[in-house]
Amino acid sequence: MDNEQIEITLLLEAIYQKYGYDFRNYAGAHIKRRIRHFAASSGLGSISAVQHKIIYDLATFEALLNDLSINVTEMFRDPSFFQAIRSEVIPILKTYPHIKIWHAGCSTGEEVYSMVILLIEEGLYDRTQIYATDFSETALKKAKDGIIPLAYLKKYTENYQKAGGKNSFSDYFTAQYDAAILDRSLQKQIVFANHNLSTDAIFGEMQMIVCRNVLIYFNQNLQNKVMQLFHDSLRPGGILCLGAKEGLKSAPVNNNFNILTAKEKIFMKRYEPPNKEVIS
Amino acid sequence: MKYDAIVIGCSFGGLHALETIFTDLSAALPVPIIVVQHISPDNDSFLAEHLNKISALTVKEADDKEELKAGTVYIAPPNYHLLVENDRSLALSVEDKVNFSRPAIDVLFDSAADVFKRKLIGIILTGANNDGSLGLKKIKKKKGLVIVQDPQGAEAKMMPAAAINTCQVDHIIPLAEIAAYLNELLNK
Repeated sequence: MDNEQIEITLLLEAIYQKYGYDFRNYAGAHIKRRIRHFAASSGLGSISAVQHKIIYDLATFEALLNDLSINVTEMFRDPSFFQAIRSEVIPILKTYPHIKIWHAGCSTGEEVYSMVILLIEEGLYDRTQIYATDFSETALKKAKDGIIPLAYLKKYTENYQKAGGKNSFSDYFTAQYDAAILDRSLQKQIVFANHNLSTDAIFGEMQMIVCRNVLIYFNQNLQNKVMQLFHDSLRPGGILCLGAKEGLKSAPVNNNFNILTAKEKIFMKRYEPPNKEVIS
Repeated sequence: MKYDAIVIGCSFGGLHALETIFTDLSAALPVPIIVVQHISPDNDSFLAEHLNKISALTVKEADDKEELKAGTVYIAPPNYHLLVENDRSLALSVEDKVNFSRPAIDVLFDSAADVFKRKLIGIILTGANNDGSLGLKKIKKKKGLVIVQDPQGAEAKMMPAAAINTCQVDHIIPLAEIAAYLNELLNK
């Protein structure tokens, strides 16, 4: 192990020991990049200096935590995914009297609000409960604020339309001087909560789980563990949505899912477990 | 083996440049090649499929956690950064754009330089911004081999020219000769 790797390992161990956030099984190349970036931008210089500071200074830790959580998201990102939800998933969800959806790793909420708008337009929102979770309190707060910088409105409007939006994107927000605020009514059926996929357990049984571009940040072991958690949190016939370039691949629960649409990485948990022969 | 991997970065003019190189690269290439071509988020897998058809090498879009295999070319998918892990598997990430790009060449080159160090060949081809210059400099710093397409004759000169300005390049090679150079270097 080279020196920098030693420093990173010790920093992640310190974070876990002190604060209970477990980044030790995150994908290495990505974490290294974020840590190096923080060491430079914070002015602390070395990774060991960061380790020392975060143990004694909560504010520095919170800044690091913010840097480590990925916040690159937009409303109706990958419009073709939302098109596929409309055409392949909504007909299935319509068969349930009550729908529970978990957005795991919801970050600042853009994807959640996109799903809400889609559900409203498909007439399903009133019987849906959404759980939007993330380990970052900062991200959750931003999600609850529901603010869209004006500069993003054009892109979001384009995405909304490409995603098959039935109304007008502007129906869902009010524009003020320097920002747009999403209608409070969109939050009616959303519970925002702190949940850490590395460390926390099942909290309910879902008809659908959406976790897009989060698993890529976990190493293979943690991915397998989280996939198991998702599997166990889904009703039979439940839907799992991953990011455009993610997949089940070698996760042991792979056998327990059917592919609903291959291109958009939407999967369905089988009603019956496969034969023992298939698993072994 | 003297080298364990090749990384290539390009943008404007990249399709033709990659075609030229991959048509002529030997099927017996003993290393993997990882490519970042700047590509719009709406694009599909056309580039990988097209290059796969015209090349003796296997060309595919990179998958997260995929292990690198000799003689295979991995193309960064649209809207994701591509990195290399210490165990030589590939990693995808959705971070902010770097040099206005995602995938960004600097991100791949930086990460690959850490992993392969002196056993890395870094190549910058035609392109319209300076993404890749700093990454190439890092490869050079780790004592890898650094090659730039001759800007003379490049469809877009800015990327190779910026690379030449930013770091001590080992070889400046006209596009048509790059494949032959690599074949000779790696198939001794």
